[in-house]
Amino acid sequence: MQWEPVIGLEVHVQLSTCSKIFSGASTAFGAEANTQACGIDLALPGTLPVLNENAVAMAVRFGLAINAEIPEYSVFERKNYFYPDLPKGYQTSQMAHPVVGRGEVDITLGDGTIKTVRIHHAHMEEDAGKSLHEDYSGMTGIDLNRAGTPLLEIVSEPDMHSAEEASAYIRAIHAIVTYLGISDGNMAEGSMRCDVNVSLRPKGQEKLGTRAEIKNVNSFRFVERAIAFEIERQSEILEEGGVIVQETRLYNPDLDETRSMRTKEEANDYRYFPCPDLLPLMLDEAYIEHQRSLLPELPSEKRQRFVESLGLSTYDADVLTGSRPLAEYFEAVQKLCGDAKLAANWVQGDLLGRLNRDGLDITQTPVNAEQLGGLLARLQDDTINGKAAKQVFADLWECRGETADEIIETRGLKQVTDTGAIESLCDQVIADNPVQVTQYREASEDKRGKMIGFFVGQVMKASRGTANPPQVNAMLTEKLDALL
Amino acid sequence: MHDKTLAELARGLAAGDFSSRELTTSLLARIKRHDPAINSFITVTEEQALEDADAADALRHRGEAGVLGGLPLAYKDIFCTEGVRTSAGSKMLDNFIAPYNATVVEKLRHAGTVSLGKTNMDEFAMGSSNENSYYGPVKNPWNPTLVPGGSSGGSAAAVAAGLAPAALGTDTGGSIRQPAAFCGITGLKPTYGRISRYGMIAYASSLDQAGPMARTAEDCAMLMNAMAGHDARDSTSVARNVPDYTQDLDKPLNGLKIGLPVEYFGEGLAPEVESAVREAVKVYESLGAQVIDVSLPHTRLAIPAYYVIAPAEASSNLSRYDGVRFGHRCEDPADLEDLYKRTRAEGFGDEVKRRILIGTHTLSEGFFDAYYRKAQQVRRLIRQDFLDAFTRVDVLMGPAAPTTAFELGAKADPVQMYLQDIYTIAINLAGIPGISVPAGLADNRPVGLQILGPHFGEAHLLNVAHVYQQATDWHQRRPEIKE
Repeated sequence: MQWEPVIGLEVHVQLSTCSKIFSGASTAFGAEANTQACGIDLALPGTLPVLNENAVAMAVRFGLAINAEIPEYSVFERKNYFYPDLPKGYQTSQMAHPVVGRGEVDITLGDGTIKTVRIHHAHMEEDAGKSLHEDYSGMTGIDLNRAGTPLLEIVSEPDMHSAEEASAYIRAIHAIVTYLGISDGNMAEGSMRCDVNVSLRPKGQEKLGTRAEIKNVNSFRFVERAIAFEIERQSEILEEGGVIVQETRLYNPDLDETRSMRTKEEANDYRYFPCPDLLPLMLDEAYIEHQRSLLPELPSEKRQRFVESLGLSTYDADVLTGSRPLAEYFEAVQKLCGDAKLAANWVQGDLLGRLNRDGLDITQTPVNAEQLGGLLARLQDDTINGKAAKQVFADLWECRGETADEIIETRGLKQVTDTGAIESLCDQVIADNPVQVTQYREASEDKRGKMIGFFVGQVMKASRGTANPPQVNAMLTEKLDALL
Repeated sequence: MHDKTLAELARGLAAGDFSSRELTTSLLARIKRHDPAINSFITVTEEQALEDADAADALRHRGEAGVLGGLPLAYKDIFCTEGVRTSAGSKMLDNFIAPYNATVVEKLRHAGTVSLGKTNMDEFAMGSSNENSYYGPVKNPWNPTLVPGGSSGGSAAAVAAGLAPAALGTDTGGSIRQPAAFCGITGLKPTYGRISRYGMIAYASSLDQAGPMARTAEDCAMLMNAMAGHDARDSTSVARNVPDYTQDLDKPLNGLKIGLPVEYFGEGLAPEVESAVREAVKVYESLGAQVIDVSLPHTRLAIPAYYVIAPAEASSNLSRYDGVRFGHRCEDPADLEDLYKRTRAEGFGDEVKRRILIGTHTLSEGFFDAYYRKAQQVRRLIRQDFLDAFTRVDVLMGPAAPTTAFELGAKADPVQMYLQDIYTIAINLAGIPGISVPAGLADNRPVGLQILGPHFGEAHLLNVAHVYQQATDWHQRRPEIKE
């Protein structure tokens, strides 16, 4: 039978507020255990939560970015369960009345088509702490630094049908939250985590199959891998006439498989009820409009502008708007050199290629936008040629100079455009290579076009790469053709 | 000195008749002498009290003392006090030294008051007799075979016995007003949101409210001036101007419209309590008030609704007592589940466990709509009853409790105990303020008159209570305590 996978995602995004969602403790990552947990985070008797306004603003801006309705009223509820890294014995979350209502996100697939994924809602909640199972000789350590970190949980409709679509969706969410500046989107540090719901149904059937939920998948690649594994696993069961058990599973990246964590029968009854310590959150029109006025240009808007006013291909525009730092880098380079296509080629080719090779992301680039823009400007105004540009870029990468101009100067890479100098080099090369000159003269016209390359190469070599290739080409053609 | 009201003591301190140290020393000595029989204190902070007193005296010396400067107070052991055990009357927190002060404690300390210590209470404020304390029951100073009421039984008994001129209590379903009635003192439960709950150990968050317990309405007014007000650390506290509660205490009551809820004078009300309350109402009539009967039709639903909402919130509020970070932890837990089970089985008393079980059940999948949602609907109806009544009358009056203080051990059946709060519980559900004032003695047992007002009507309630206390002397009666 033909099975159709149905995939829905819950993406937990850590909001980049300075302090926690209900306390004044810092949210900075990587501090010594339990140094960023105050009395409220420890759930000391008598302490009470106070909602972080900035977290609300960030959630609302996300809602506006996905064209969602922002209800004028939302409610925090308590999700009750016992766990050592959950200090209050409940997680303050939202359930019946989330801060962000229905919205939608466009995703771009590999073939360039755009698909819309509906968002069911997004709600605010607090993160739990961490249980540390190493180094405590049979005991478990608890680190509450993360407890109370604000999260925005974005719940999609089950609108995706392949690992590729799910991956494109997470990238789109990642782009939106990083553009908005509401999250650093750092998956390695847990700033974005996904729960993935996967079910299969016979192709053509409308009714959904039984789903498995894969918890806490924390990289783009793992999401794809986990889904691929899960589709495989479920279709094998179904093909053999078995039934899928509704359950929660965990993805193990080392083994590249998912394993059952608990079945529906073992699931907690979370006993949600409105948190009596927090009043309903009321947002008026003026507040929402103010948040709207703070929205930056969003990825989809930027993409469209790159195509329409900068003349980039949809593919280039898509790659370059993949993250806000990358888009901003490209735009800075483009402004400095004045040529969008040239900037796009260099950023996507040389820059991303090298970053990729060295395992760096755009924010860690050794060559900043001013340096690359300065380099391309020299290429653009013919100060250097393409070959020299590559050398300058390599030097910038190794931090051998502050600016492209400095490197061009110290390494003498300035292109020779002095006609006299080029002419004497050309004459010299023609004189030094009588055999090739003879061959050239005897060749047919279309072959001569190719043979000219040899002479150009010799002149370039003699000029140590500084001659202007088109100029050399023109001059050589003229001189050799005169010998015919 | 122990017979004086807070206002009288304040005048004495201001006049230099005695120092705060002298006052504090004499009260500490009294506590030492009499409290072993009453058991109203869980912790006496003698050292801190003397330090506080000296600091207050020094301030007064410099002419910088405020109205409350140097006045000793006791705190129900539900308010976090920095560096001092804060037990909530539970074994669970027997070893808990609070690392911070509750907002009200902070405010009263800032006002220059002296902290005598922490008073006994029903465990986590769950109870109406103070028999549910890990630290043993409190005896009613009027008669040691009687309960003082609860859950703020220690605070009420300490004031009645002259061990502290005033104390703080909390009231979730009557826990200030009922013990105030049983011990013959004045106790105010302010409007929900009037006083910060920050640092007050939560029982049922949407109902809990701190309030003053003292000899007179005037004393309560003095304390309210320091206690009330918005707190940025408590989102449910209300940002609303705090009046001077002492300003209008003497305003005459001519034309005051008093409503008597017919439901508060029905079956279950002890005749001696009813006659005392009706006598008090007559006093008001003689002071120029008009009396009319009103109805609060949903009164009978108050106890059922309360016993859904309060345990539901409690079941969640008390989840933090898990043996992981503070408080009691069982010995040698075998695993996580064992840690939770034994810690909580050992740390909580029966009534607390009962309410956690009720609350866990009513919030469960499949029961939530029938219990919790329904109870919230009832809560709105009850609130509306009061709002409707206050369109016709200025205040409501009735008994604070259906009986006078009962014998220790007399109410072994929890439901009989829950019925104690029949006249107080609806007030918490509605969020309105209520005050209990001494209004008689029946068989040498105090009777409390309860006066209710609309939201944020505390100043008026205190005025109504104060004028009554100018006309009567019930609040001046003291239990006989062998010196």
